[in-house]
Amino acid sequence: MRGRARLFPEAGASLEAIVAEYPPKLQEYLDDFGFVTSREDRVDFLIDIADEFQPVPASIATKPYDEAQRVIGCESEAFVWALDRDDGTLDFYFDVLNPQGLSAMAMSAILEQSCSGAPLEQVAAINGEVVFTFFGRDISMGKGRGLTELVNAVVFQARRRLKPA
Amino acid sequence: MSDIASRGYANANKLVSTEWVAARLNDDSVRIVESNEDPLLYPSGHIPGAVEVDWVKDLNDPLRRDYLGRAGFEALAGRIGITPETTVVFYGDKSNWWATYALWVFELFNHTNAVIMDGGRLKWAEEGRELTREKPSISPSSYSAPERDDSRIRAFRDGVLQHTQANGQLVDVRSPGEFSGELLHMDGYPQEGAVRGGHIPGASSVPWSRAANEDGTFKNAAELRGIYLDEIGLSPAEPTIAYCRIGERSSHTWFVLTNLLGFADVRNYDGSWTEWGNSVGLPIEK
Repeated sequence: MRGRARLFPEAGASLEAIVAEYPPKLQEYLDDFGFVTSREDRVDFLIDIADEFQPVPASIATKPYDEAQRVIGCESEAFVWALDRDDGTLDFYFDVLNPQGLSAMAMSAILEQSCSGAPLEQVAAINGEVVFTFFGRDISMGKGRGLTELVNAVVFQARRRLKPA
Repeated sequence: MSDIASRGYANANKLVSTEWVAARLNDDSVRIVESNEDPLLYPSGHIPGAVEVDWVKDLNDPLRRDYLGRAGFEALAGRIGITPETTVVFYGDKSNWWATYALWVFELFNHTNAVIMDGGRLKWAEEGRELTREKPSISPSSYSAPERDDSRIRAFRDGVLQHTQANGQLVDVRSPGEFSGELLHMDGYPQEGAVRGGHIPGASSVPWSRAANEDGTFKNAAELRGIYLDEIGLSPAEPTIAYCRIGERSSHTWFVLTNLLGFADVRNYDGSWTEWGNSVGLPIEK
């Protein structure tokens, strides 16, 4: 069921009602990484993506950042902002304060490119397990947790807006 | 941070500065080794001439939960072109957490001619020193290693049990949430979790990173004594065991206690909480 995930699984709703596609750009990345067979190729791919990382512009936020934007559990000190668009979707912005936080930068770049402007239902459907499709299973526990929390922070913003009043 | 020699360490020779390394980039008797948590860092830029030792694929037995054996170490040493006489300089991310882990594994094979570059790759990068993506061309070497010696600096479950029953010194270097039992495992890593939470009876909690400054360098000896001797009452003369979840964070504390504070007998329990917290019948405190 790659590319489709349960929305609000904790609510226990029926499967038919709660499946949603992932954002197309994210699915494209997932498909591309599905073809990666060697550790070296995976690393090179991720470094290329990390090179595309753009920190949040000063027009959106300046340091010191509001702690409310911090990704709890990410040791690379990642921050996430979600700004509402007129069409109801979100623009996501990121920063990673640890200059050695290359994996967090790569994950941020993927999420920014994939989730900005994507339907909220698709963003809300993303499962943190995508981290392991991108980075493999042999990353450290702390790294896996931090990257998963980065994904969760984005998902949280979409789910918060979808939640019925 | 002050000069290493002035910080009062018991064995200051186990630490070298970035300047020391920069002056030896072309020294054939020195091999610079980067060891990181983040697998993207070395390929994205490393000290010129440095090779990578990866904690997953290079240091562990691919099948059993154990470190590589003699043949594996000889192959690794040959690949990175060292001999028993080579001074191996480890450095890496996360305040040298993974560098100390690699050094500890090398010392299991009695390669004690190994040092840590104080401050790791963060300090090197922040000083504006060169990083390259070019992989060095290494001439493979022939390395004759002894059998791995697990008796000196490594602890096993039964030995830890005896140690705790004798009220021996134990340092739990995990986070406070892990020490208290609040956290059983991290999201996405149930395989590194435990059925029970808490800590080994009698253990004192000192998260590993307290030994490091913000810039990744080690705190000076007086500051370290304040933590490990004054605060939790360890005696450098008494046998001490450090543990975490799988033995990597505790290798950092092992390095500090052994080399910077001169403790006589420190062992790293790499089975750590993933073994202790999953074992039937072992005592646990919360």
